[in-house]
Amino acid sequence: MATVIAPNSTTAESSNHSSLVGNIRDWLLMPSWLVIGLFLVMPVLMMLVYSFLTKEFRGGVIWEFSLAAYDQFFIDRGLFGDEPIKIEWTYINIFWRSFWQAGLATTFCFLIGFPTAWYIATRTGNSKHIWLFLITIPYWVNLLIRTVSLKFLIRDNGPVNDWLLTLGAISEPLSIINTNLAVQLGLFYSYLPFMVLPIYASVERYNFALSEAAADLYAGRWTILAKIVLPAVKPGIIAGCILVFVPSLGAFLAPDLLGGAKNFMIGSLIEEQFKGNAGNWPFGAAISMILLSMVLVVLTYYARSQTRRENS
Amino acid sequence: MASHHTVRGYPGFLSFTLLCLFMLYAPLIIVMVYSFNDSNSISHWQGFTWRWYEDVFFGLEAAKFKIAARNSLVIASIAAIASTLIATCAAVALIRGGHFRAKTASFTLINLPLMVPEIVIAVASLIFFSAIGFKTGYATILLAHIVFCIPFAYLPIAARLQGIEDIYEKAAMDLYASRWRAFKLVLLPLMMPGMMAGFLLAFIISLDDFIITNFVKGAGIETLPTAIFGAVKQGIKPNIMAISTLMLLVSVLLVTLSHFVGRIGNKQK
Repeated sequence: MATVIAPNSTTAESSNHSSLVGNIRDWLLMPSWLVIGLFLVMPVLMMLVYSFLTKEFRGGVIWEFSLAAYDQFFIDRGLFGDEPIKIEWTYINIFWRSFWQAGLATTFCFLIGFPTAWYIATRTGNSKHIWLFLITIPYWVNLLIRTVSLKFLIRDNGPVNDWLLTLGAISEPLSIINTNLAVQLGLFYSYLPFMVLPIYASVERYNFALSEAAADLYAGRWTILAKIVLPAVKPGIIAGCILVFVPSLGAFLAPDLLGGAKNFMIGSLIEEQFKGNAGNWPFGAAISMILLSMVLVVLTYYARSQTRRENS
Repeated sequence: MASHHTVRGYPGFLSFTLLCLFMLYAPLIIVMVYSFNDSNSISHWQGFTWRWYEDVFFGLEAAKFKIAARNSLVIASIAAIASTLIATCAAVALIRGGHFRAKTASFTLINLPLMVPEIVIAVASLIFFSAIGFKTGYATILLAHIVFCIPFAYLPIAARLQGIEDIYEKAAMDLYASRWRAFKLVLLPLMMPGMMAGFLLAFIISLDDFIITNFVKGAGIETLPTAIFGAVKQGIKPNIMAISTLMLLVSVLLVTLSHFVGRIGNKQK
């Protein structure tokens, strides 16, 4: 995810006359078009349709047009549906909490991830590869297992509390689990490598002569960092922030395993519509659509800023 | 001037790096260590034992986990092979196909599974399979896995292909090799390390997936992550920590393998 390979930067873009691919190019592309088109694009369109259907109890839908799902999300009509309409805050608050948690996780990941990426990128030779490899491993370890490990570690009767009690540092176990703090810790821990890798790639390409020039002109090292380095490696920072923010926003495992029932995020709200007791498919589809449109706004903004950068 | 060194090193950045690694590894290492803990309360250390590993392989839940592990491995193998083949075709077309109209669109489409949040893919797949009357089970898990494995297989293959100049296959064709022979005998061996890396990454991604599998798996069928999740909901028992340790080692092994395969490939060039 960190290194997206753009198709137009190839070294082999020469004459087409004796090309290996030639006229079968479209046939080669066909399988990916078919599979992703049929099993991803179609399903998302179908989800859009479902969000405008009527719910059936115990899951599924009735094929009848309805705005009930979006109505339920935004509008409060009172318990019996006869009161003057107000804004429904329940779900907006869950979205707000998710944004807040995802934003906070992104900030913390940046604060720890930037110095780490910088440190690794400024190593030389083999030690650089070893540091980088150490960061990459957790990136590929099963997210469920990582979340379970964290839960084991911080739960009320977990090792951390056990050690602190044995050392006499505390007299009562700290209860971290089932709080917003635990969810925050989980998101931070889940997506930290996603921040380090793209920033590393940017710092790697940074021209240190710029810093040296500034230093020769008597700029302090922190001034150089703020005024020269940060603007230069901004693409990597933005990429890292998106790679942390987007999955945090829709996260399910961290809020579900570490947060408990009171610290719902969007992911758990959606899951409950399909797997839990709520069983409201159109509503689940509508929430997913709202989440997807927000993510697409973020990604479009990112794509725009990238093209602006290339054009300037 | 000493500026050359001062602009690279910042005081304290090493401590941040160590803190970062500590936070990433501490929970994993502690779970590994405590999976050998000879105590039913599991949080309090009481000596070394293998018995939780025995429990995983021969205990009460052994049969359940064995079936789940087999499902996971079969699905991951098929999904990784299929997505590597699809991604290889696409990479050859996109990187060797010159400029054409649908290039950017194809590229976006291939990377689409990375952009859509996982939970949204899960919901959309469940709705789609239900709408077309496709019974959820093995096949639905497999189809969903192939879709989101494609970009992960694509990235290393495309990166590798971009590093290979087209002079080799052109030379072969100038010497009257057919396109197929030029591909099979010249380009394919050169691409192989990228394809291996892509296959391994797709394999890990499929093996690890929980959210999408949980939505499209249907009733009777479990993969290792969904079985572990179900067990964790009842509380973290020592045998879960033993399984987690085993899965963790498998992931580390595969990533290391993929890393070295990529390196060998780069040295060959």
